[in-house]
Amino acid sequence: MIDARPGRLRRVVALLGVHYDEMLEYRAELVLWMLSGSLPLILMGVWMQTAASRPMALQPIDFARYFIVLWLVRQATAVWVIYNFEAAVVEGRLSQRLLQPIDPGWHDFTEHVAERLARLPFLVALVGLFALLYPEAVWLPRPAALATGLALTAGAFMTRFAVQYTLAMVAFWSERASALQQLWFLFYIFLSGLMAPLTLFPPSVRTFAELTPFPYLVYMPTAAFLDSPAFPVDVGRAALVLTGWFVCFAVLNRWLWRRGLRRYSGMGA
Amino acid sequence: MRRLARLIGLFWSTAVAGEMEYRVNFALAVLSSAGGLLGALFGLSLFFGDTDRFAGWSWLQALVVLGVFTLLDGLTSTLLVPNLGRIVRHVRMGTLDFVLLKPVDAQLWLSTRDFSPWGLPDVLLGLGLVIWAGVRLSVSPTQALLALVPTVASCVILYSLWFVLATMSIWFVKIHNVTEVLKALVAAGRYPMSAYPAAYRVFFTLVVPVAFLTTVPAETFIGRGQPAWIVGSVLLALLLFAASRAFFRFALRFYTSASS
Repeated sequence: MIDARPGRLRRVVALLGVHYDEMLEYRAELVLWMLSGSLPLILMGVWMQTAASRPMALQPIDFARYFIVLWLVRQATAVWVIYNFEAAVVEGRLSQRLLQPIDPGWHDFTEHVAERLARLPFLVALVGLFALLYPEAVWLPRPAALATGLALTAGAFMTRFAVQYTLAMVAFWSERASALQQLWFLFYIFLSGLMAPLTLFPPSVRTFAELTPFPYLVYMPTAAFLDSPAFPVDVGRAALVLTGWFVCFAVLNRWLWRRGLRRYSGMGA
Repeated sequence: MRRLARLIGLFWSTAVAGEMEYRVNFALAVLSSAGGLLGALFGLSLFFGDTDRFAGWSWLQALVVLGVFTLLDGLTSTLLVPNLGRIVRHVRMGTLDFVLLKPVDAQLWLSTRDFSPWGLPDVLLGLGLVIWAGVRLSVSPTQALLALVPTVASCVILYSLWFVLATMSIWFVKIHNVTEVLKALVAAGRYPMSAYPAAYRVFFTLVVPVAFLTTVPAETFIGRGQPAWIVGSVLLALLLFAASRAFFRFALRFYTSASS
């Protein structure tokens, strides 16, 4: 997506180090952001109670596993680049970054990756707490399921980043690009599998959802980790679809970036 | 009191005038609210499956809970987010000094200075949903009036929780997203409390009083309210409001402005 010739690698790694150190300073903030993504844990409770109170295809324990994994997938794919970018354009801070010998996109990308690394210990702690509270739900995934789950999660993160960074380009034309993100997020919440496993959707809604990128960002990686007949997933197709969306948005992103930059007139530009 | 009303009117008309620069975004906000409600209805229908009951609530009754939630959500983005989200900036930049010097109660100024019309579509949709479901359920006017009591209490509770968290920024400038955590927890109010396992119910009643935010007003509205819960919500509202004022005064003792 962003020009990555060899030789840039060292700069990118350096940026990653810088952003990692920065993230470590704001650990309290990290924990708060983590907790603010607790909607899946709330829904876990409602679904477990629902499954316990009437016969359903899924058992309470299925819901417990589904939502804890989904929570982890969401933690690993959180993206906020549009807010950074909007502020950088509106306040003119983008100018300083344009002077650096590296595409400004790398700053945001490495910041996101570094944040993931800094979050890791807290994730482990919270999953440990979950295992203590609900030991029956603990299971050891097969290595193959773990690998495909991680791969799809990485793909989901890259695609979300590409999409949001592309929406962020609207900041060159409008001061409130993040309003677009809110609209996107709406579909993301309801069609991604965040509210309920896709298998519980009415068939027509499910077919429609699978035509959009949303289930591939949440449901598919989650189901790949769970590797259970209760949560069917076609891993090959999911990987293909994610790659397709990623490439589309990456191309669109570079095109908008070049056109937007010509319009950019921030402080000092 | 008249002076107060004029002041708030002035605050809000300037704020709305500022936001009207972004009319396209307002259209987007309306679209988002309508889409959000559609999505929420879809999500709720999933819990019903092919039955007509969800945790002892019928579809129309559950819509009342969702309506109250949507209303509160709208009020949050109209008043709480723009005003209380700004306290942290005042602290960091030292401009809280100017607020404290004004001949107006500082908490009042901080809580009402801004008004964002972005949340209004949600307020209207939430109210509409409650009224529509109320008519279909043939809720009597007295019941509806009685429901105003826990609803007002619920608004006060939500405001007080937000204000206490926002006030904490006087010590911890870096925790501006603590209100995001509160928002995430309040989202539990989309569904009636009986939909949750026992441990969740205890947490959402005693630790973060989400039960008082949506379930108690909705129960009162549909005529299932228990006097103890209604009285409880009023007492809790009074208590939390007093606590928010006391906490703000206490916190101000630690405010040292930007240059001192």
